[in-house]
Amino acid sequence: MTPPTFLTYDFGGQSEFCLCFGERHAARRIIIIPPVFDEMNRTRRMLVEVMRALASRGICSLLPDLPGLNESLADISKQTVDTWRQALEEAAVQLNPTQIVSLRGGTLIDDVADRPILRLAPVKGASLLKTMLRSRLLADKEAGINSTIDGLMASAESGFLELSGYNLSDEMLQSLQDAAPSTSCQFQEIALADIDGSPLWLRAEPQDDARMSAAFADKLDVWSSACAK
Amino acid sequence: MSFTTQETIRAILTDVLGLSVDQVAAMDDDTELFGALPELDSMAVAGLLTEMEDRLGIMIDDDDVDGDMFATLGSLVAFAHTKVTG
Repeated sequence: MTPPTFLTYDFGGQSEFCLCFGERHAARRIIIIPPVFDEMNRTRRMLVEVMRALASRGICSLLPDLPGLNESLADISKQTVDTWRQALEEAAVQLNPTQIVSLRGGTLIDDVADRPILRLAPVKGASLLKTMLRSRLLADKEAGINSTIDGLMASAESGFLELSGYNLSDEMLQSLQDAAPSTSCQFQEIALADIDGSPLWLRAEPQDDARMSAAFADKLDVWSSACAK
Repeated sequence: MSFTTQETIRAILTDVLGLSVDQVAAMDDDTELFGALPELDSMAVAGLLTEMEDRLGIMIDDDDVDGDMFATLGSLVAFAHTKVTG
C-alpha cells in the first residue's frame, strides 16, 4: 500500500495540512477540493482510497484542509467562503497542481487557478446551509426548544450560530447563502452514475465505497490524461 | 425517464440512509420508518427533506415536518404526493 506524505501550505499566518499520495513531481498532480463541514468527514475515506488508486497509476494527488475544517487550527468562526477560496489560491500556488477536482461544497471554491476542473455533484451554498439549519431545528425540537430558521439566522448577528458543531459567523452564513459554483471557468461535470457511486455525503455515518473509489480513480486517470495532451 | 413520487422516495431512502436496494424494495406502505430504522436520525431527516425538495421540485415548510410524516413509508409518500400535486 502506498504510504501518504504530509505536506502543508501557508495561509493567513497558519500552516494548513495537505495529505499527499504519489510522487510529488509526477507529470499529473491533481488537487482535490473536498466537500465542506460534516460532508467532508463522510467522504474522506472514499477520497483517500481514490488517492491511493491514483498513486498506483503514477498520478500525484493532494487533499488540502480548508481553514477551520478537519485538522486546521484556524478559527472556523472567522472564515467565509471567500477566505476558503483565498486559502486554495495560496495552496494552488504553493503546491502547483496540474488539475483540480472538486466535490459538493468544494465546487463553490474551485475556480482558484487556471487549471482544468472536474466537478462531482456540485451544490449551491444555500442548499448546504438549509440542510444544516434543518438539522439544528430538529435537534432543538428533540431537546424541547422551539427555534425557527429566521431566529437562528438572527442569532448569528450578535456572535455566531452553531451548526453541525461549527461556529459560523453572520458573514459565513451570508457567503454560503450566496455561493454557487462558478460558470466562468473551464470545467467538466460528472454524475454519480458515471462512477457507479452513491451519495456518501448524505449518510448519517461515514462510510466507504470501494467500487466507487476505483471507478472515480479510473475516471480521473482518463480525464487528466486527456487534459495533459 | 420520469419516476413516480413513490419511486423517488424509495431512491432517496436508499441514497440518504445507505439502505440496500433489496431492503428498500421489500418495504410496503406500512413499513415503519422513524423509530424503527436506526439510520433515520434527525441529521438524516434533514438530508431527506433537502433531497426531497431537490428531486421532486417541491418546497417543504419546516413547520409541516413532524414525526407522523416519517412514521411509515406510506405516510412519507402521501406527504410528498400532496406537495407534488400542490
